[in-house]
Amino acid sequence: MGGSSSLLPQEALGEYQANPFQHRICHVFSTSEDGDDSMSFEDFLDMLSVFSDAATSDIKSRYAFRIFDFDDDGVLDGKDLEKLVNCLTGQGEEARLSSIEMEQLIRNVLEESDIDKDGTINLSEFQHVISRSPDFVSSFKIVL
Amino acid sequence: MSRLPTVTLRVPENTESDGREPSPDNEGALHSSFCQLIEEQSSLVAGAIEMELQERGREPSALLPPPHPMATTGLEPEQGEQHPGYATTLRILANMPSRTIGRSRGAILSQYYNRTARLRRRSSRPSLQQLSLTARSSLRHYDLESDPAHSTLADKQSLLELLSLPPAQRSHMLLEVPLSLEEKRSLRRQLSQKRSTPGLRAHSADPTSPCAWCQDCIVLGCRTFWYRFLALVHTAQPWHYALKQIGGRFGSSVLSYFLFLKMLLMLNIFSFLLLLVFVVALQAAYPPAVASPRPFTGLEFLTGAGSFTHSLLYYGYYSNTTLNDPSASSPSGNTSPPRATQLPYNMPLAYVFTIGASFFATCILLMYSIYHSFGKSYHVGSSTGVLAIKVFCAWDFKVVQRRSVKLQSENICTQLKELLAEQRLRSCPLSLPQRLRHITVLLLAWLLALGTVLGCVVAVHYFSEHMHVQEQGAAAGSAWQQEGVLLALPLIVSLLNTLMPHFYNLLAAWEKQDSPGAEVYVAICRNLLLKMVVLGLLCYQWLSRRVVCSAKECWETCVGQDLYRFVVMDFIFTLLDTGFGELLWRLILEKKLKSKQKPEFDIARNVLELIYGQTLTWLGVLFAPLLPAVQVLKLLLLFYIKKTSLMQNCQSPSKPWQASHMSTVFITLLFFPSFLGAAVFVSYTIWSVKPSETCGPFQGLQTIYQTLKVWVELLEESNPNIAWFSWIPQYLVENTIFLFFLTGVVLAIIYLNIHVLRGQHRIIRLLEEQIANEGEDKRFLIRKIRSIYEHKEHCA
Repeated sequence: MGGSSSLLPQEALGEYQANPFQHRICHVFSTSEDGDDSMSFEDFLDMLSVFSDAATSDIKSRYAFRIFDFDDDGVLDGKDLEKLVNCLTGQGEEARLSSIEMEQLIRNVLEESDIDKDGTINLSEFQHVISRSPDFVSSFKIVL
Repeated sequence: MSRLPTVTLRVPENTESDGREPSPDNEGALHSSFCQLIEEQSSLVAGAIEMELQERGREPSALLPPPHPMATTGLEPEQGEQHPGYATTLRILANMPSRTIGRSRGAILSQYYNRTARLRRRSSRPSLQQLSLTARSSLRHYDLESDPAHSTLADKQSLLELLSLPPAQRSHMLLEVPLSLEEKRSLRRQLSQKRSTPGLRAHSADPTSPCAWCQDCIVLGCRTFWYRFLALVHTAQPWHYALKQIGGRFGSSVLSYFLFLKMLLMLNIFSFLLLLVFVVALQAAYPPAVASPRPFTGLEFLTGAGSFTHSLLYYGYYSNTTLNDPSASSPSGNTSPPRATQLPYNMPLAYVFTIGASFFATCILLMYSIYHSFGKSYHVGSSTGVLAIKVFCAWDFKVVQRRSVKLQSENICTQLKELLAEQRLRSCPLSLPQRLRHITVLLLAWLLALGTVLGCVVAVHYFSEHMHVQEQGAAAGSAWQQEGVLLALPLIVSLLNTLMPHFYNLLAAWEKQDSPGAEVYVAICRNLLLKMVVLGLLCYQWLSRRVVCSAKECWETCVGQDLYRFVVMDFIFTLLDTGFGELLWRLILEKKLKSKQKPEFDIARNVLELIYGQTLTWLGVLFAPLLPAVQVLKLLLLFYIKKTSLMQNCQSPSKPWQASHMSTVFITLLFFPSFLGAAVFVSYTIWSVKPSETCGPFQGLQTIYQTLKVWVELLEESNPNIAWFSWIPQYLVENTIFLFFLTGVVLAIIYLNIHVLRGQHRIIRLLEEQIANEGEDKRFLIRKIRSIYEHKEHCA
């Protein structure tokens, strides 16, 4: 991957993963000032450290929140959830949920996780949802 | 500025005159409000608006989108009304602590400092009065984040807090804090710079003596070494690459089967090593005189009889005397040359103690595994919120292959659609005739399942009696006939165990349960019931010896051989099932039906097969001490065969599978009917069954347990000082009152825990109500701010 002075552009990383969240992961972990979401070696180490076995559930949930926050406003609102579900279900037309189903889904998710009823999910509420699922830590993992 | 935060004011009258948002409270009355705070904000805001207009050119991401129509903040924006108060309110919203806590460096450091300080039980942080401006998130709403002077001050504050920690804790905290590597490096640089400045040395708590510095260096060095060692251990684990491959293609659900297999392998290796060191190796060093060893034919691997009968494999080979006893003379008349050290070894005592110790250790290990995985998978109040959990936690990042990723997306889509459909169905419940029909179908399916279990048990019983008659008839025939007759019963039992799960799958397809989770549980229940009832019948037959092994003198060896045959036959049928179920089915699907789909890997059925095989091993350990070794070989071969078949023939299951929850269920099933059943069987055998007269380490005794009693009496005789030692078996083990007392204690603990859980549920409900109320407060305040700005707009 090169030394600490070389940068890994986003396109090169795309070949390594078929992950639908690859762009968001690059954006979250990149500390480059150019805004082109390229990752230095330290950023790559950060990414692997967060996705490793040794990272605690707290760290993983914080970074998962930032990855799922598509518009970077610090909360997950309905649009973020819609984009998230579209990433999960894939890009094919037959694989997407219909708009009625999407509305029902987003309404239910907000009902289940939004405790202070402001229509958005902030970091604490997200961590509360994550803590109820024991599978999160083992699925938010990339094995080298 | 060292003001205290709370301000009490009157609300100006004219803010209520628009009457747009009627409030339940009488707002003309005197009450504490944040009017001065809002006035302060508005003066700062006027300056901030200019800054924002400048920043808009530089940072397009800092612009806030208008809130989603679903947001219920009460800020429904009227289209076209873009007054600066609205934008500023949005800006204030964006800087609320609940939204920026994940991103502000000062807040993150503050939070982690608080956690570290609380964990290490240090004194609490400096009180509010001493801090003019603080980085603590609860008090940050005074200032806008855009103020650069404040943010550096907040950083400085958090740096000061960090400095007050000792270096070991500080480095540990820096490791855990979720900041990027560059920021951590810059923090460390700043901290080391600050440490060198003499002015701050008075604040830091660590003394400047070289002794403390040495201590810190040693602690840091040890910790680095420990992390390096852990990393090495992690990569040196067996099958690391194979498991990664499996996880990468099939995800966590199929991986859990292989992890379960690995756990069983470790348990068996542990039992085998214990038995090897204390029983088998010593008996191998002092072999008893064998009458006439039979010639070796290849069939022994299948039947366990023939030349294997008088070997280390079975109970009958082990001697009932003290090995290497200096006072006894060997039966063949040769006296061994006098050695420097003579260590006599009491074989019967060693046999019973080692078996007891291996069962006890396995029990402890299993209970620890259950406790560990139960703690991970169970949380108070975790039954609700299925959809949210599915959306946030369903994506398995381990999966890397393109095709598998596509498959995973399809699976998640299907599962989401099913959950939504289920919810829609629940909101409009079934009519009465439909429900009755559903209940009748369920009842019929269960009756059919139980009927088949009963039928299988009766069939096995009659078949074994028939085989017994055949055996006596075939005793005069050739060796092949004799061996063939022995294999018939294990063949039938394994055949039933292989075919019945497929029948239960068909039954489940006809039954159509409400949720896929319930389907899995019902399938596991039925399969487990069948296997355990058949095993129960076989155990009864072995112990009563009316049908099986009735004519043999050395019945323990006979039972051991039977169990060996069951284990081998189980392995053969697993191979056949893999071959026919997976390989052949894939070929049929590809060639005949021309579909792209491969057969799915049925995790529950495979795990239950593993549990069944392990139960057989535990049942047979007393009669065939090398059976764990056979099981180790079997599991090793099974791993590679299953992995190859999986890679070539299968795809991951489309039904949702909660890996850690199901792992807990499987370990519990391994412990509760399987291990405990085997332990009860072995305990009953040791306690009450008369061992055979002519072979084995317990020949001539009334029960195997008598060995221990004889030993305790021997100890008492040899040394009257330790006569109290005989008190333990007499009053603790044989006395039932002690067992009642233990049971009472366990029941009391369970009752207390249930009450604690109920209390925790109540507290969670109260806290959720409180948070909802806080949300209401927030909305109320935002509405007030907006109405104030609008009023100002109108006045201006």
